[in-house]
Amino acid sequence: MRTIRAAAAVAVVSALTAIAGCGGGSSSEGGSNESPKTLTYWASNQGPNIEADKKILTPELKKFEEQTGIKVKLEVIPWSDLLNRILAATTSGQGPDVLNIGNTWSASLQATGALLPWDQKNFDAIGGRDRFVDSAVASAGAEGQDPAAVPLYSLAYALYYNKKMFADAGISQPPATWDELVADGKKISKDGKWALGAEGGNLSNNIHQVFVLGKQHGADFFDKSGKPTFTSDGAVAAVKQYVDFMAKDKIIAPGNAEYAQNQSLQDFAKGKTAMVLWQAAASTFASQGMKPEDWGVAPVPVQSGTPGAGQNTNSMVAGINIAVFKNTKNVDGAKKFVKFMTSDEEQTLLNKTFGAIPPVKAAQEDPAFEAPDLKVLRDTLATSAAPLPQVANESQFETTVGTAVKDLWADAAAGKPVTTESVKAALTKAQQQMAQ
Amino acid sequence: MTATVTPSSGHKAGTSEKTENGGARGPRLPRIPDRIRQGGLPYLLLLPAVVLELLIHIIPMVIGIWVSFRQLTQFFIRNWGNSPSAGFDNYKIAIDFDAPIGQALLHSFLVTCAFTVLSVGLSWLFGVTAAIMLQENFRGRSILRTIFLVPYALPVYAAVITWAFMFQHDNGIINHVLHDQLGLTDKPSFWLIGNNSFVALVVVSLWKSWPFAFLMLMAALQNIPRDLYEAASIDGAGIWQQIRKITLPSLRPVNQVLVLVLFLWTFNDFNTPYVLFGKSAPEAADLISIHIYQSSFVTWNFGSGSAMSVLLLLFLLLVTAVYLFLTSRGRKGSDV
Repeated sequence: MRTIRAAAAVAVVSALTAIAGCGGGSSSEGGSNESPKTLTYWASNQGPNIEADKKILTPELKKFEEQTGIKVKLEVIPWSDLLNRILAATTSGQGPDVLNIGNTWSASLQATGALLPWDQKNFDAIGGRDRFVDSAVASAGAEGQDPAAVPLYSLAYALYYNKKMFADAGISQPPATWDELVADGKKISKDGKWALGAEGGNLSNNIHQVFVLGKQHGADFFDKSGKPTFTSDGAVAAVKQYVDFMAKDKIIAPGNAEYAQNQSLQDFAKGKTAMVLWQAAASTFASQGMKPEDWGVAPVPVQSGTPGAGQNTNSMVAGINIAVFKNTKNVDGAKKFVKFMTSDEEQTLLNKTFGAIPPVKAAQEDPAFEAPDLKVLRDTLATSAAPLPQVANESQFETTVGTAVKDLWADAAAGKPVTTESVKAALTKAQQQMAQ
Repeated sequence: MTATVTPSSGHKAGTSEKTENGGARGPRLPRIPDRIRQGGLPYLLLLPAVVLELLIHIIPMVIGIWVSFRQLTQFFIRNWGNSPSAGFDNYKIAIDFDAPIGQALLHSFLVTCAFTVLSVGLSWLFGVTAAIMLQENFRGRSILRTIFLVPYALPVYAAVITWAFMFQHDNGIINHVLHDQLGLTDKPSFWLIGNNSFVALVVVSLWKSWPFAFLMLMAALQNIPRDLYEAASIDGAGIWQQIRKITLPSLRPVNQVLVLVLFLWTFNDFNTPYVLFGKSAPEAADLISIHIYQSSFVTWNFGSGSAMSVLLLLFLLLVTAVYLFLTSRGRKGSDV
C-alpha cells in the first residue's frame, strides 16, 4: 500500500513540475536583456501569400542583423491564426519578442497587459511620437492610456472598380454616393455579372463595412462609457443598407454570402464582379493577373456630398501595428527592431511593397505614394477615416455583430426577407451576448 | 503484447524459480530486491504511463474545472493564477435558459443531440449493411473493402476541406450534380450557410465515421461460426431471419462498444464543423464543441467556456454510465 502511495505521489509531483513551467504567464514588467543577440518576430500576412511575405521581409531582417548584430527569426502567420497564437502566447508567457497586430485588436490586447506600453521614454527610443500620424497612433490603444503598439502600415478602404465593365455598361465615372452605386449596379448586374462583391462569411469584413455605414447614419456601436449600443436606429439602418445590396437591390451575387477567403477578389479579377470595397488590393490583383490599367480606385461612397468627417466618414482607420511582448528577453533589441521597422527608409520600402500608406509622416513624402490608388487611400486616411471603437471588448464586438451580419447575409441569399425588425432582432441578440 | 509476456512467464515457471525464492545465486536473473519484485515493480513499470496520463488528461482537466470557477477574461489571462473567483456564476449563466447565453447553449446542445443521433445511427446502419453484404465471397470484394475504408484513412482536415469545396454554392460539385445535372432543385442551394448546413454536417460526419463501424462489424462477423447459418438455412430460415436471429444477437457485444465510442466521438467532434464553417458556425449547425470554442477563444471568456465544458463532461459521463449500466445488466440477464 505504501508503495502505491509513493508511486502515486511521485507521479503527481513529476506531472506538476512539468506543467509548472507553462502556467500562469509571467509577472515581469518590461522584459529583460538575457538574450541580446536574437529576436523572434511574428509578422502578419500582408502580401499575396506567406511565402511572398517571407521573401520581402528576409532581406530587410538581414539588413537589421548587419546593423546591430541581432539575428531575427521570422514567422509569417496567417490572419486566421494570428489572434489565437497571440492569446496562447499571452497565457503561457511563451511568445515572440516582437509581433504585428491588427490595429483593431490594440485595446483588447492592451487590456491583457501582455504588451509593452509605449510611454514617452519608449517612444523617444524610436525617434519620438511626433514622427507618426495622429490617427494612426489613436488606433494603437484605448484613449487616455499609453499606446500598446506602434503603427507600422496604415490602410484605408477604397472602391476598386473594373474599368472595362464600367465602360461596357455605359458608366463614365465611379459612383460617389450609395444611390449612384445602386443605380450603376443595376445596369451592370445581369448576364451572370454582378456589380459589387462582399465577403459575407468574414466577420471582420462585415464589421468594417457596417461600422462605416453606421457612422454615416450617425451611429456608433458603443457609447462614451464603452457600453454597446448595437440596436440604435442608425446601427440598424446601417446593417440593413449593407445587406440590402443583396436582399433588395440585387447588385451582389447571392453566393457572396458564404465568401470568407477573399473569393470576392477572385471574382473581381475574373471580371465577374465590377466593384469591391477593399484595403490596398493592388498586389492581390497583380497576383491574379490583372494589369494596373484594368482597374480604377475611387473613395468609398457616402450617403450624400463628399467624404469628410462625422457622417461623411467613408473608411475605418485600418492598419497593422508592431508591438513588443512584455516577456521578451531582449527588450533593448526589440526596441531597436521597432525603430528599424519604423525608420523612414524601411517605412517607405515596406509600405510601397505592400501597397499601404506609411504612418510615419516623413515617409509619406515619397513620390511612390502619389500614385492614384495610394493617393485615394492617403487622402481617405487624412480626411475621412475613423478608428473602430478602441474598447477592451472589441473582439467580442467583431464576433457578435459580425455573426449577426453573416446570418442576415444567409437570409438574403436564401431569398428570405430582410426587414428592419429582423435586423433589429439579430442586433439585439448580439448585444445580449455582449452583456455577459 | 503477448510476445513480451510469454517469454518472461515461461522463464519464471521454469528453471529459475528456486533461485528467485532463495535469493542466493541466479545467473539468469538480474538482482532485484524481493520487496520491489513482489510489490513495487509493476507500479514502477506503470509509472511513465501514469505520469503521462496525469499530464495529458487529468491535470488539464482539473485545471479546466478550476478555471470554470474563475472570472478568467482577457484582463487576467496573462496571470491567470490571480483571476478573481466567480463562485458558481459561470455555471448559473450557462444554465439560465431564459437568458441569451443559456438559450444559445441549450440550442447548441439540442442541435448536437440531433446531429449525434443521426450520424451514429446512420453510421451503424451503413456499417452493418456493408459488412453483411461483404461477408459473401465474390469477385472484387477486397477492392470494395479497401474503397470503403478510404475515408477512415484520409487526414480529417484534407477530407473536410474537400467537402467544403464540394458544398460551395457557386462552384461546388454537389450543386452541379443536384441542380445543373439532375435538376432536383429550382435554384442552387446553400450548404454552408442557413438551415442546409445541418444536412452538410451530417453527411460529412457520416462519410467520415461509417467506415469505422464497417471495420469493427466486419471483424465481429468473422467470429460468428458458419455452422449456425448452415443449420439455420437447413431449418428453413430465410436471410432476414438469419440476420435477426443469428447475426444481430452475435454482434451485440461489439455493438455495445461501437455505439458508445461513436457517440462520444461524434458528440465532441470539433474538426468537422470547424473546417466546414470556420469560427462561427451557422445556427442550424452550431455544435457544442464549436459553441464552447467560441465562448472561450473568440469572446475571451475562458471561465464561462470552461463551465460549459465541465457541464458537457458531466453529461457525457452520465450518459456513458447509464448506457454501461443498462447494457451490462442486459448482458447479465441474457447470460443467465
